[in-house]
Amino acid sequence: MQNPFRNLKLDQQTIVAIIFVAIFTVFSIGLSGFFSVGNLLTLVRSVSVLGILSLGMAIVVIGRGIDLSMIATLAVASAVVLMLAGDGYRPELAVLAGLIFAIAIGMTNGFLVAYAEIPALFTTLAVGIGVAGLGQSGLFEYEIVAWPPELNVIAWIGRGTLFGFPYSIMAFIVTCLAVHLFLRKTRLGLFVYALGDNLDAARNSGIPTRPIIMLQYVLAAVIALIAGLVLSASSSSMDTRIFNLTWIYDVILVVVLGGIGLSGGRGGVMNVVVGTLLIGTIVNGMTIMNVSFEAQKLIKGLVLLAALLSDSILNPRNEETAKQGDI
Amino acid sequence: MNFRKMAMVTAAIATMAIAGAAGAQQSINDPARDDHYAGLKGRKVVFVPVFMGLDLTEGWSEMMSRQAKALGYDYEVRNSNFNTAAGAQTITSLISEKPDVIVVQNPDVQSYARLLKRAEKAGIRVIQLNMKTNILTTGFVGADVIGIGETQANAAVAKCANADTPGKVLILAGPPTSPFSAYMLRGYENILNDNKGIEVVGVQSTGAYESAKAKSITQVVVQQHPDLCGILGVWDNTDIGTAAALSEAGLSDKVFVSSSGGGGELACKGIRENMWQHYVSYDVPGQARDLNALVSAALQDMSEISSTQTILYTPLVEYTPENIDDQFCWTLDNIR
Repeated sequence: MQNPFRNLKLDQQTIVAIIFVAIFTVFSIGLSGFFSVGNLLTLVRSVSVLGILSLGMAIVVIGRGIDLSMIATLAVASAVVLMLAGDGYRPELAVLAGLIFAIAIGMTNGFLVAYAEIPALFTTLAVGIGVAGLGQSGLFEYEIVAWPPELNVIAWIGRGTLFGFPYSIMAFIVTCLAVHLFLRKTRLGLFVYALGDNLDAARNSGIPTRPIIMLQYVLAAVIALIAGLVLSASSSSMDTRIFNLTWIYDVILVVVLGGIGLSGGRGGVMNVVVGTLLIGTIVNGMTIMNVSFEAQKLIKGLVLLAALLSDSILNPRNEETAKQGDI
Repeated sequence: MNFRKMAMVTAAIATMAIAGAAGAQQSINDPARDDHYAGLKGRKVVFVPVFMGLDLTEGWSEMMSRQAKALGYDYEVRNSNFNTAAGAQTITSLISEKPDVIVVQNPDVQSYARLLKRAEKAGIRVIQLNMKTNILTTGFVGADVIGIGETQANAAVAKCANADTPGKVLILAGPPTSPFSAYMLRGYENILNDNKGIEVVGVQSTGAYESAKAKSITQVVVQQHPDLCGILGVWDNTDIGTAAALSEAGLSDKVFVSSSGGGGELACKGIRENMWQHYVSYDVPGQARDLNALVSAALQDMSEISSTQTILYTPLVEYTPENIDDQFCWTLDNIR
């Protein structure tokens, strides 16, 4: 049978974008108060942290890795900043210490994956548990670290608005631009695609693959710290228990849903944006409709499943397109 | 012998008699004391919290370990780290380890119920702390959660109820199956359902008491209902996010927030900084004292396990801006 959509090139990003537009339109028509500037800003703001995190994850996934330690990095590195500033260290010193902490986590991940050649899944899972454990073993007085007033000089990244436009959305947009420029306009970014697509070929053509793998994880960790600072500024505290929640799956979901394959070498910033907006729209609409927590989870799961299913129907995999070593 | 001499002799004899009597006063050993301490020595109490590192659990644990030290029994914490499966695993292994008492904080109303029954059958007395499952064991110490809900709802009614245009109220609950959601919602319903002056515009879960979630829900709802009058929050740590959303929207002075929790420093800070205007405290220091009494009683109890089942609901304390200076805003350093 002829595929009627054959000339339309419906890849997963397009499918998700279509679903997003469809849901968005239905909500705009059927849900009073959904389509207003205020609500749309709220919508994007509520997913901006998720979006920022997903950008970090995207870099790693494009390079054919995965970073399960991002939530732990987000929580502990930013809690370190909060704690140091609360203890009287100067804000810039506290942020610097958090940055060094995050980079150290990223380098640990990168070193173990690139040089010790332990699979990324296990490495980052273990490092994440380790980092979270470090946070829980008495580094902080309470698991929920309050935002200290000393750090109010940078509180705008999560709280403030510029002409009514929230800074947290701007943080997302700026991170989007930076990651886009890195991936598409720098040589290092192109190398990430190259080694994600075919590690051996990349190595044979002279790309320094191991340092670039390390760089991916360092970038992911630094982006996680940025997300953590936005999140903690926004809710005035950092709850280091979030490592135990299912956030990391949401992050992977946004990345995969947007169409960045876990097999590496494909996708970009637009995929993350589309995936993030779809999740944000679903959650926002259901909150307005006062749908219960359980039903929200169910509906979210069904929509995501539908998106992934339609992709595998329209773009079937076979021996040619499938690659070995998929996660 | 004249009268004066006689008087002096009498006085002297009387003095000596009194002195003699005093000398004869003997110390007595409290007949119960030695047996009491000997009976507690080497006994074992294990605390299985949902999560350590919170003011609540750290406060309870501090007080329990102090009593253990004073009375000479062993005390241990097995943290389940917000992981119900890990908690169930811990209780299962405790059933074979057989401590004398398990103090357990239930993550939800169902998960541990059968395990706790099994533990009691195996000869371990189980005391449930603040978060209650749907079965009774040797003891329960904690807040009457329905009572918290009713108190909060009454405060919202006092603030928001209006017969002409019903006052809009948002409810921010915890995880759906947690005792602090299910029971608290019942408390809210008891007061709000029949009140024509109140319109509940949303009942939303904050997931695992996530402040970020509380914040984004509050942001969406104040967009939809700019005339929102009140928010009933589940827990102080979660409502940091609620308060942040309101303060960003410039609504801190307009929307009435009622929260609840252990009544520690965060509770007082919240009232003083206008994060919430009403707070129902379940008084962790007082609760810990009840708990210690029940643990001590359980260690001394010789009767058949679960033949008495004691419920000690903690007296609730309402914090308001008017009375906040009279409250004991405890911290881990000054808890007693």
